[in-house]
Amino acid sequence: MKIVVCIKQVPDTKGGVQFNPDGTLNRAAMLTIMNPDDKAGLEAALRIKDQTGAEVTVVTMGLPKAADVLREAMAMGADKGVLITDRVLGGADTWATSTTIAGALRGMEYDLIITGRQAIDGDTAQVGPQIAEHLNLPIISYAEDIKVEGDSVVVKRQYEDGFHMLKAKMPCLITALSELNEARYMTPGGIFDACDAEITTLGRADLIDVDDSNIGLMGSPTKIARASDKVRKGAGEKFTPDTADEAAKIIVDALKTKHII
Amino acid sequence: MDFTLSKKHEMARQLFKDFAENEVKPLAQEIDEEHRFPRETVEKMAKAGFMGIPVPKELGGQGCDPLTYAMCVEELSKVCGTTGVIVSAHTSLCVDPIQTFGTDAQKAKYLPDLCSGKKLGAFGLTEPGAGTDAQGQQTKAVFDEATNEWVLNGSKCFITNGKEADVYVIIAVTGKIEKRGRVQKEISAFLVEKGTPGFTFGTKENKMGICASSTYELIFTDCRIPADAILGAKGKGFGIAMHTLDGGRIGIAAQALGLAEGALETTINYVKERKQFGRSIAQFQNTQFQLADMATKVEAAKLLVYKAAMKKAQYQQDHKTSYSVEAAMAKLCAAEVAMEVTTKCVQLHGGYGYIKEYDVERMMRDAKITEIYEGTSEVQRMVISANLLK
Repeated sequence: MKIVVCIKQVPDTKGGVQFNPDGTLNRAAMLTIMNPDDKAGLEAALRIKDQTGAEVTVVTMGLPKAADVLREAMAMGADKGVLITDRVLGGADTWATSTTIAGALRGMEYDLIITGRQAIDGDTAQVGPQIAEHLNLPIISYAEDIKVEGDSVVVKRQYEDGFHMLKAKMPCLITALSELNEARYMTPGGIFDACDAEITTLGRADLIDVDDSNIGLMGSPTKIARASDKVRKGAGEKFTPDTADEAAKIIVDALKTKHII
Repeated sequence: MDFTLSKKHEMARQLFKDFAENEVKPLAQEIDEEHRFPRETVEKMAKAGFMGIPVPKELGGQGCDPLTYAMCVEELSKVCGTTGVIVSAHTSLCVDPIQTFGTDAQKAKYLPDLCSGKKLGAFGLTEPGAGTDAQGQQTKAVFDEATNEWVLNGSKCFITNGKEADVYVIIAVTGKIEKRGRVQKEISAFLVEKGTPGFTFGTKENKMGICASSTYELIFTDCRIPADAILGAKGKGFGIAMHTLDGGRIGIAAQALGLAEGALETTINYVKERKQFGRSIAQFQNTQFQLADMATKVEAAKLLVYKAAMKKAQYQQDHKTSYSVEAAMAKLCAAEVAMEVTTKCVQLHGGYGYIKEYDVERMMRDAKITEIYEGTSEVQRMVISANLLK
């Protein structure tokens, strides 16, 4: 069995968000981590590998330094890493990204593709489903639990007020939630092996059935007008009422002022 | 000379740091107060591959180098000195001598389980009358030809991982030899498994620091172990013990380094927040100069520790290389820096530094032992000066 996990290197928001003068993210200046949903997807794949001996390949698209996130995944136990990188692919939105990744996946063998639900930098949750659409694969999103049964997967899908149990024949694509599991640590030996391992690098020329009009900045229908850090909330207002009744009145008045009640 | 860490070492450091922050730090105060061995952390470290870092993969280890191992002990000790020494005693004092002196059968029997963390290791050299004077051993091993067994009698004290370990490297007297006209004890090393009849535990030591570490007396009363449990050749035990302690010193130096770094990091954060006379104490020149001195000493200790670890890697390639002096210098320096830095950090914390809720209180208590075990600072000076005057 062959599993491909799509992962993304995202800014570590714990270190603060930094912007370029044009409003885009200054990725070079920020610490990076493996996107949490993707990490859960990788862990799910590695658990299937532990049970069945499946081969796990991790794929990412980004700048050459995105190879770091592949090495991290390989240090956790992934067998191979594939980096899709090319100047003409830069500035891609979800459409151009999914088109590109699907173009790379067409040249790879897989029974199961796992992606994270969404990346913490864009929060779109679009790339996984779009890849499935490009490759004409069944998709199960928001996976909380994944089990392999013969040539099918049985997935518990998170839903607003409950969950769905869904079964799909492979090949198919699953998008994973960070709640799915607690990801394992890298191992020291895994790190040494991952740093010595060869990473396959793919460029524009390696993408299959992809039109130039659908890649990079030019192929991205999304135009970002402005990006900003989250606005800080005010310090609030402090009251020191003497009685419970007085406190209740302050709260009720405040709610009335805001037309909440 | 390149002081930049490789990508491998940078990644490994990040791993150890993340693990220490997430898994070790939250328990550090609790296990210290309860004097409780953190079995759950050992299990997590086993899963993450921390129990056989510098051992080749074919022997069941992680296939990394001594520097990676030292960084692991350092990062763990930044948040918990006890957890650092559990890994250090296991790896340096039990896994390493088996890897270096064991027969193929002994390596195959013990190393996979020790490196995977399924089993924990310990080392017994010290006795009530044989500390720095390691030749003063009283524990005896007598060979019983009738049963083809060694019979151990005696006791070992202050043994780290004492009651928690499964495999013990035990040093004992096996006879007398004449050397340069003087009669000396013939010393040999043995592998003893927990549960062997006649092998029991004495008192648990109630210590000043590294309180969660399991420090016990080991007692051998007609303890019979098979003939093939001897490690290395008969009579080679003293050399094995000294070699083992050379390596162990790198681990303890890394523990001391971690304690000093941890205390310094904690104190840097504290002095920025603590206000006296209307401003943070970080704004006082006394604080600034003390931090600068401490950071400089910590950096010097770090370079010595890393150099000793790298020298040990050279030894593994070529056994003619010695890392004994480098290990002694690293331990001497790092241990004394740890004691000085943690003491000053407590002082910079003022009254709060004396309170157990503040990490520096524990770190100062933990630091003291690094000047004592696996060769006191005085022994390190003896090793270093002997090399200068030879």
